[in-house]
Amino acid sequence: MTFSPELEAKFAKLLEIYPPGRTRSAVIPMLLYAQDEVGQISNELIEEVARRCKVTPLQVDEVVGYYSMLHRKPQGKYHVQVCTNISCLLTGGEELYEHASKRLGLGNKEVTADGQFSLEEVECIGACSWAPAIQINYDFHHQVTPEKLDQLIEERRKKQ
Amino acid sequence: MLYNEPSPLEVKIVTKRFGLPNSTSLDTYLATDGFKAFFKALEMTPEQIIEEVKVSALRGRGGAGFPAGLKWSFVPRNSPKPKYVVVNADESEPGTCKDRLLMENDPHQLLEGIMIAGRAIGSQKGYIYIRGEYRYLIEMMDRAIAEAYSRNYLGKNIQGTGFDFDIYTHTGAGAYECGEETALLDSIEGKRGIPRMKPPFPAVVGAWQSPTLLNNVETLSSVPAIIRDGGAAFAALGPPKNGGTRMVCLSGHINKPGVYELPVGFNLLRMIYEVGGGIPNGKKLKAVVPGGSSCPLLKADECDIPMDFDTLAKVKSMLGSGGTVILNEDTCMVKFALRIMKFYAHESCGWCIPCREGTTWLKKMLQRMHDGGGQKSDIPLIGELSKNMLGRTFCALGDAAAMPTISIVEKFPEDFEAHLNGKPCPYSHAAEPVLV
Repeated sequence: MTFSPELEAKFAKLLEIYPPGRTRSAVIPMLLYAQDEVGQISNELIEEVARRCKVTPLQVDEVVGYYSMLHRKPQGKYHVQVCTNISCLLTGGEELYEHASKRLGLGNKEVTADGQFSLEEVECIGACSWAPAIQINYDFHHQVTPEKLDQLIEERRKKQ
Repeated sequence: MLYNEPSPLEVKIVTKRFGLPNSTSLDTYLATDGFKAFFKALEMTPEQIIEEVKVSALRGRGGAGFPAGLKWSFVPRNSPKPKYVVVNADESEPGTCKDRLLMENDPHQLLEGIMIAGRAIGSQKGYIYIRGEYRYLIEMMDRAIAEAYSRNYLGKNIQGTGFDFDIYTHTGAGAYECGEETALLDSIEGKRGIPRMKPPFPAVVGAWQSPTLLNNVETLSSVPAIIRDGGAAFAALGPPKNGGTRMVCLSGHINKPGVYELPVGFNLLRMIYEVGGGIPNGKKLKAVVPGGSSCPLLKADECDIPMDFDTLAKVKSMLGSGGTVILNEDTCMVKFALRIMKFYAHESCGWCIPCREGTTWLKKMLQRMHDGGGQKSDIPLIGELSKNMLGRTFCALGDAAAMPTISIVEKFPEDFEAHLNGKPCPYSHAAEPVLV
């Protein structure tokens, strides 16, 4: 597989920073960074990461099933993650999730037909004192009201 | 930059640079006592450094509250293997959002803490394991690390002292379990995050089979102040055996949610009413999660206590990770228990059967109870099932799921009774309006 020069540079660094012979340590970062670029984890990517980290494809595949941020199917261009854990629950996180679900017409972990948006109810994202909080891709948004959520979605719709 | 309005009751030790212009830059750091502790540590023997940390009574800020100096002393410095400092920045305990601020506002303080720990245990390499969701912090830490290398505060022969040290960041990919230290070690080795049998403890057999010191971000960020100003000064801020300050993350039903640095031992009611400005709309206090979702809850009448590790243990709860969540009188405790159990059922790694099966079973029972389909006999059964998970798993996740559940079912049985016989949840109403 070929990747961007920036990602190749990241991979090269990942293969250097762990102790000698411990390239397996690069598997999870490599998968996550590659997924950010290519959108999903394919069998081809698993084999590529296995080859680069000198492990078996099975050793790569088994971590894909474990970590919640790694996924075999593509997500939307904008992945909307609504936290409903305790601090968000007390400040309207569940209602916010329901609102997002209706607004996007999506259930948990579903993707819109045009591939633009996906929705996920997530566990605590470490924004408890600014609850309710969401992440769209890696960006945090704090003290999100349904109106603010609508605005965040609309801004992204217009970008298309 | 995330930074709430400070409270006049705060004692600023680890957050003293928060709010300064360019607080993340090395120049700001150096101009405000940065690296003084590191140079002082190089003049000290490793034993003296560890002794100073012991004197400080610093206890692990990740949740377990283990004395940091004692943990440092467990690393066998005469081992021929390389040694590592691994920072637990996998902050995922529900209610907790403080390590984020330490990395975001003062990354060099953490780097200095890691280097001093390295000097104390004879290590030359540090890894910061940051949860994958905190991508912007991985980038911020990488920038701070690059700046430190470019000015020779990291790398070979640091500032001509002959001391070499390297620090790298490592991203997680979404797993609460990886905040457990041995699961974190498996994760950094590129595996599924599954806890290891202890002993051997990580201090002896840790990352890549080598002696490893694992500490939380806040723990290591406290170290520069301890070495610079002396362990005794830090210890004096809190009650005996509970040194220093604590970053308290106030959230839930509170007028001024935010992260506040308060002396260990600060009274919980004062935290809620004086620091946090009380409960919105004049509502009454019902319960408090003292330090993250794993802790047994306190009822309103149990909250007039100093928040230190030993007092919380005395009232059969825990100081935990500093995530203090405030619940008002309109909170349905069945729903709250259900949300906690959903979390642990989702995050159980599946390795130990009592945790894997217990959390899912309890989640189903609590859901049924909340939906009005519960039976009277379910109430004691929820408590019994939880008790059967306690202490029967490799790591503390099973306990973490059981402890808050036991406390809720024992302290708020009336909320469970109110859901019996097909009755709708008596608390179903819109949530508190969002505070902006």
